[in-house]
Parts: sequence; C-alpha cells; structure tokens
Amino acid sequence: MHLKRSFMAGLAASAMIAGAAGAEPVKVGMITTLSGGGAGLGIDVRDGFQLALKMAGAPEVELIVEDDQQKPDIAVQIADKMIQSDQVDVLTGIIWSNLAMAVVPAAVAQGKFYLSPNAGPSALAGAGCDKNYFNVAWQNDNLHEAAGAYANSAGYKNSFMLAPNYPAGTDAIAGYKRFYGGAAAGELYTQLGQTDYAAEIAQIRASGADSVFFFLPGGMGIAFMKQYAESGVGIPLIGPAFSFDQNILQAVGDAALGVKNTSQWNKDIDNPANAAFVAAYTAEYGRLPSLYSSQGFDTANLLLSAMAKADVADQDAFRAALEAADFASVRGDFAFGPNHHPIQDIYVREVVKEGDVYTNKIIGTALEDRGDAYAAECKM
Amino acid sequence: MLLAEQVLNGLQYGMMLFLMAAGLTLVFGVMGLINLAHGSLYMAGAFACAAVAALTGSFWLGLAASLAAAAALGALVEVVVIRRLYARDHLDQVLATFALILVFSEGTRWLFGSFPLYLSLPPVLSGAVTLPGGLVYPAFRLAIIGTGALVAIGLFWLIGRTRLGIRIRAGEADREMVAALGVDIATLYTIVFALGAALAGLAGALVGSVQSVQVGMGEPVLILAFVTVVIGGIGSIKGALVGALLVGMTDTLGKALLPAFFARFMEASAATSVGSALASMLIYVLMALVLVWRPTGLYGARA
Amino acid sequence: MSRGGALANALVFAALVAVAAGADATGNPYIVTLATKVAILGLAGVGLNLALGYGGLVSFGHAAFFGIGGYVTAILASHAAAGTPVITFPFTVAGTAEMLAIWPAAILVSGLAALAIGALSLRTTGVYFIMVTLAFAQMLYYFAVSWPAYGGEDGLSFYVRNSFPGANTFAPLQFFAICATLLGGAMILVALLTQSRFGLALRAAKENEARVIAVGIRPLAVRLTAFVLSGMVAGLAGALFADLSRFVSPAMLSWHMSGEIMVFVILGGVGRLAGPIAGAAVFIALEYLLGPVSDHWQALLGLLLLVIVLFAPRGLMGLVARRRHV
Repeated sequence: MHLKRSFMAGLAASAMIAGAAGAEPVKVGMITTLSGGGAGLGIDVRDGFQLALKMAGAPEVELIVEDDQQKPDIAVQIADKMIQSDQVDVLTGIIWSNLAMAVVPAAVAQGKFYLSPNAGPSALAGAGCDKNYFNVAWQNDNLHEAAGAYANSAGYKNSFMLAPNYPAGTDAIAGYKRFYGGAAAGELYTQLGQTDYAAEIAQIRASGADSVFFFLPGGMGIAFMKQYAESGVGIPLIGPAFSFDQNILQAVGDAALGVKNTSQWNKDIDNPANAAFVAAYTAEYGRLPSLYSSQGFDTANLLLSAMAKADVADQDAFRAALEAADFASVRGDFAFGPNHHPIQDIYVREVVKEGDVYTNKIIGTALEDRGDAYAAECKM
Repeated sequence: MLLAEQVLNGLQYGMMLFLMAAGLTLVFGVMGLINLAHGSLYMAGAFACAAVAALTGSFWLGLAASLAAAAALGALVEVVVIRRLYARDHLDQVLATFALILVFSEGTRWLFGSFPLYLSLPPVLSGAVTLPGGLVYPAFRLAIIGTGALVAIGLFWLIGRTRLGIRIRAGEADREMVAALGVDIATLYTIVFALGAALAGLAGALVGSVQSVQVGMGEPVLILAFVTVVIGGIGSIKGALVGALLVGMTDTLGKALLPAFFARFMEASAATSVGSALASMLIYVLMALVLVWRPTGLYGARA
Repeated sequence: MSRGGALANALVFAALVAVAAGADATGNPYIVTLATKVAILGLAGVGLNLALGYGGLVSFGHAAFFGIGGYVTAILASHAAAGTPVITFPFTVAGTAEMLAIWPAAILVSGLAALAIGALSLRTTGVYFIMVTLAFAQMLYYFAVSWPAYGGEDGLSFYVRNSFPGANTFAPLQFFAICATLLGGAMILVALLTQSRFGLALRAAKENEARVIAVGIRPLAVRLTAFVLSGMVAGLAGALFADLSRFVSPAMLSWHMSGEIMVFVILGGVGRLAGPIAGAAVFIALEYLLGPVSDHWQALLGLLLLVIVLFAPRGLMGLVARRRHV
C-alpha cells in the first residue's frame, strides 16, 4: 500500500516540479506508531504533519509513512529499509524514546536528518547530541520540570511521586524534583503497561501527601485516574500533558476534571498560526487536535521553512536553515538551543468541560523560555 | 491499615484470577486441552460488556452480555476448532490456540479499533465505602471479591452435588467409560468449555470496568491464570482457588513490601529498583518452587 | 534421514541463499536484510527443533535463551563502545565488538541458563513442562524489564554492528553470508547429532521411556543434553539477531517470541531439519507482503496457522514431501 502511496505522491511531486523551477523533491520517511495501544499518538502526529503539507500546498515533499507497531526492532527495520531502499533525505515521526534511541543514532550517522516530533531522550540532548538531529517537541524532562515549578507556586510541600519503572519514568521524577522544592511523601515505580493501581493508591492514601505527581502515559494514566477517582482519595493530582491530551480525556471523563497539567501547547494559545491550525485540523479530521497533532504540524512547517531556503543536498546550508527555525509555530515563540532542542514557554493547563467535550484551558505559565538541563554536555 | 488494604487488594486480584483459572483448569482436566485462547474469551467478555453498556446505557445488561457473548463464542470455537484438537498432542493445541489468539485479537481490533474503551461503573458500585474498622475501600473491588466467592461456592456445588458435576468428574477420570455409559461426551465437552468461557468473559467484564478494555488485555492475565492452574494442580477447582489466592497475595504484597524491605539496608532508589524487579518475578519463583517440590502442583493428581 | 529429506533440506537452504544473492545483485538490499532475518530466526528454530522435534520437549520458553544471547551481545558491545569492563569481580571481563569473541560468550551463557532451567524443568512432564519453561522465560523477561542497568524496558542500542575479521558486516550481503554459514553449520551439526547414538537415544526416550531405561540409558541426562544444546543454538541466533537490529529489548525474552519460534518450527514441520527455515521464511514473507496490504495481516497468519495445524499437521515441508511421494 505504501508503495502505491509513495508512487502517487511522486507523481504529484513531479507534476509540481515543472512549476517549481527544478527543485529536487525532498523524500521524508515517517516511522510512527499506527497500531496497538499507542496508535493514537502516531496517528495525530501523522495527521498534523500531513495537514501542514496540505495547507502549504507543498507537494515537493514525498512522504512515506510506515507503522512501527511501537516495537523498536520493527522501527530499526523500517529505518534500514527507508535508508537502503527508499533513499530518504529526512526521517521523522517516532513517538517513543526507546524507539528513537534505537533508530536515531544510526540514521544520523548515515548522514540523514532526523526531526523528532515527540521523543526527546536526554541521551540525545546531552553527550549524544548530533548536528543532524533536531527535536521539535521538547526534551523529555521539560514538562515534568514545569510540573515541579507549578507545585511550588501552588504551595505544595509534600508530593507523592509515581512513574513507570523505565528510563523515561525515572527521568520524569528526576525532572519533577529538579524544580520542586518540597519534601517527598513517597516515590513509587510501577510496572510499564500496568493497568491495576490498587496497591499504589493504597500507599498514596496512607502517605499523608498534599499532592500527587504522576507520569503514566497512554492507557496507564486513564486506568490510574479512573481508579483514583473511585478510591475516595482526594489528594490533588499534577502531571505532564501526556495523560490529559485530547485523545485520552474523553475516556477518563469526569475523573480528570480540574486536574492541573503542564504543556508547551494548547488549543487556546492566542496566535494566528494556532487559530488557523485548530480550525483547519477540526475541519479536516472532525476532531480537536492534540498536543501530538501540534507537534507533527510544527515539524512539517519547520521542514518546509528549511526547504524554502536551501536544497537538502547541500547539507550545511539545509542544517543552517533548520537551525534558524524560521516558521510560525503554533505554540508562539520557538527557537532552537545549542543542542537543537526547543527553547519555549511551558504552560499550566486545567482540564475543563466545554459542552460535552473534555478539554484543557491555560491558567498560567510554569516556565518561560525553558531550554533543557543537558545542553551544556552537548558538543557539536 | 495500609496492610489491610493491600490484603484486600491481593484478595480481589486472586478472585479475578480464580474466575479465569476455573475455566482453564476444567478444560485442562476434563478434556486434556491446553487453551491459550482463554485470554481471548476474557477479552471478548470485556468488549461485549463495553459495547452493550455503551449501546443501552446499562452496566448490568453489559455484564449479562459479557457472560452470554463469551459462552456463545466459547461454544462456537469448541465446535469449530477445539473439538478437533482433543486427540492431538499438546504441541498442536498450543499452536492452534496461539493462532486463535491472533485471529481474535486482530478481529477485535478490526471491529472496535485500537483505542482502549472505558466503562462507567453503575452508581451503586462506584465510589468508596467505609468498612468496619474505618478502612476506606472501593465498592466495586469489594463486589469483585464477592462475585469470586459466589462463583467458587457455585462451582463447588456444581461439581460436587449435581448430575453435570458427576459427569464432569467421571469424564476427568475415564472418558471412554463415560461415553460407554451413554453420556453424550461431545455435548458435555461443549458445555464445560462454554462454562469456562463464560467465567472468563465475566472476569474480563469486571476487570475491564475498573481498568480498560483493549485488544491484548487477555494475554498477561492468561499467563497468570496458567501459573495459577499449574500451582494449584491441573483439573482441581480447589487448587485453582488456592493457587489464585496465593498468586494474588504474593504479587500484591510482594510489590507493596519488597521495596520497603530493601530500603531498610539500601539507598532508596536502588531499593526501589531491586525491590520491584524481584517483586515482578516473585510469582514465577513461587511457581518454580512449587513445581520442584510437587511436580504436579498442590492438588494435582499424582502421576 | 531419507535421501529425499536431505535434498529438500538442501533445496530450502539453497533457495534462501539464492534469494539473498539475487536481491543483492538487483539492488534490493532490504530483501537481503529480510533474508538475513529468515536465516537468524530459522537458526533459532533449528535450535528449538532439537528439543521439540527430536526430543519431544515442548519448551514454551526458548525466548529466554534467544534473549540471553542477544543481551550478551549488546552488553559486550556497549561496554566495548564505552570502554568500560563488564565486570571486575571475581575477574575482569572487558567488552568486545568482535563477533568471534561474542558468539562463544553468548553460547556459553545461554547454555548455562539452559542447564539450570532444564535441570529444574525436566523434573516435570507434559503440560507442566510447557508451563514451567514458560514461567522461567517470564521470570527473565520481568527481570530484564525492571533491571535498569541495561536499559530496562527501553532496551539497549549499540549503533555499530560488531565486526568479523575480513568482512564488512554493515554490507547486507556479507552479514547475510555470516548468518547463513552459521545456519548451515548448525543444520549439519543437528543432522549429525540426530543420526548419532545420542540422537537415537533421544528419539527413543521420546517414543518409549521404559525401554530406554531398560537398556541402561538415563533419559533425563539425554534430554538435558538436548535441551542445553538447543538453548545454545537459540542463544547464538539471539546474538546474531541483536547484531541485525543493533538493538536488544525485553521483547526478545517475551512469551510472544517463544510462541513465534515455535510457530516457525511447526509451520515448517516438526522434526524436519529445514522446517524452521521454511516456517520463518513464510512468516516473514507474509509479514512483508501482507503487512502493507492489510493492517490485519496477523489475522490472516492466524487462519493460515489454524488450517495447517488442523489439516496439514506435518507442516509445510510435510506437505511438499507428501506431494513428492505421491
């Protein structure tokens, strides 16, 4: 199917080239999660990316999309195939940090550009940074750091912290503690993919905490919040946006109402690019955009902005064009730090109900112009 | 108080495992069949409950649908596929039922999509109740414990006191003899399989209600149910009950207590990782120990 | 083994080599990569077949050995890249990126694991054996998931494929040649083993245990030897698989992996030397061809498996062999 798809895209591209004065089409390989429990994230990134291409009327991009099934070995295989067989210029799309760690270092070592629309593992921001790797979303710690900063400003002094026992989970708690100044009522690591949180909730109940910070992406967060609401424990929750994004909120329902979460984007950020994006996305796909949609959209626009300035065959010029980040981000001000990770504001949002739809509204700014904790270790 | 709540959690987990393991151990014991697709029946029950509850707005209709759908699917699968496997060796059974998992998982994904579904609990059972002694505990989890206990009593009665139970026990002991006595063995097998499927479906619906309903939800539970059955001894309902409670308690209390135990003489973050690594292995260690001690499980027939 | 069987085995192997060579010549490096995957997974199947096909030991936990081989490779390679020793006590083990050093290590460690797991599991039989092997593999799986030192759930990447003297292992065809050579070697080894006195004893123990005991052979020792050898071959396959993706994760240890290796063996035909290769080839071809057509290709795979188990219990190789005899 993808063969046919890329063939069609190629036809469209060659038709346009005639008009675009001989610019070479840029081949983009998107490896993302389109099946399994994490499919919602990949679908949103892809849809956001494709919407940006469509809105720009820029068919000189030839996009190949493949499903990594959230499995690192599949992602590596697809990357091999895209590099060896399809000979793409730019790779993008990966949602999960472990998949990024399996794919990105080898891809940039083979001279491909990689634009990350979601994952931002610390290893790629610090000593393992690369001149051809750009992160358009955030460094993984960012939203957790913002949650820590928010906990301080809300006056919390005794937080219970909960995250899955895997590297991104330990990073999350480290990120939270980097800004949070209070005491730890408890620190708990759960199994990845766990769906029953009865034992953890019992410990939270007994801990005497005044707030609960949790990082449980995807289905884990939904299960936790529903069970938390049933348990009668009323301690306020704080978390990064991942457990409160547009896909998930409808499933959580009332259990999420009023919860504060941190995000670098929301649909009510007031700028023309965002207004146009939210309107176009809702019209195109019949649903509200999520955080991931916005990141896919920005990634495509960054790529288009670089293509307007330089030819991808001239790697140095193209890289400089990417570094300039000369595009209208839907999150407002956006710039790259020295390690090619964003410097941006991170907001505090609250889950609200608009009519029948659960969504978020911004209630404040947690961190302004935040870069990341690893930039100093990066030597390019 | 914390420990009491964790014991209740272990009990609830054990009861849920019992619902899964009861059907598995009956099918194992009576038909000699190893059924990996038991988790798919659990999933089918959960999806049936979610779909019917969403359609009618009634959780109770959903629960009834989960029993009916899983039993019907179980009977269908038994007649079309499983029946041909009784005479085969375990290898063919493992492979054929592994194939069924692939078919059911993808079929469900095709019907319901990749996104997890979530159920709302009925008002009667939502929220928490205060138990004697001041312990606050979610009502729905108490209901799961109660359901498990009722099913256990019902099964003991069914196997021990009814005509069907006598036939099941006889079929376990000597299937040719039972057939010779004029019992319709094919129908008996279909009934047993459908009964096990219905219990799995009920477990799926109950668990799906507090957690989430998604493709693949049956697989982790399936493995644990196998561990339960093997610990208890194949074919024994009593073994399944004891095994389920043992696994439920070991897992819950291990996860709750081990990290704290290691924290007494280790640095906090190291204690957490060592403790939770060991806790997640604990039930498999338990199973290995039981099998080394008693190679046919706690209540299994002596070979 | 009949002469027809030997010919069929040689043909399957030759077909795999021809596909890889042809794909390389026509500029399809990705097909070569797929053929390499077939060779590696086929090798794991050849290993399992020794226990399962010839010994009748239905192990549902061979992912344990496959994964151990993979983790040994990744751990040695990542330490070599970082320049740190793997352990310093009781003696120092340095990391290495040499396949010739990694393979023996992978084989040794997976063999030791198979010895421990086999010694305990072989006390049980039938369904209990299936389940206890599964339990040991799950134990390792959860250990790998929750032990953070080597990446935990995220897995462990090592970016650069390990090296082999005189070869550029990054060239798809050369890496394929290495894997195919090992696969061929393992097939010859298994063929020789099964025809030796050991092989006869193993098969006899499967058919009639009492008679084997009567002639003074201890079936447990024979079975344990087969189980350990089987685990070692699976471990070697795991080492190559790690090098193929330059990445390992707990998924290599999961029960799905055990199930898949078993599927290769049964799809191809239990106890047939080249069966696992045919099985792996069909599996990967289906994934490659049907994957893009339908997201639900696994359902088709499931139906195919079901039909094979119900109507062609001797597997694909059995089907072909039967037709040849008619």
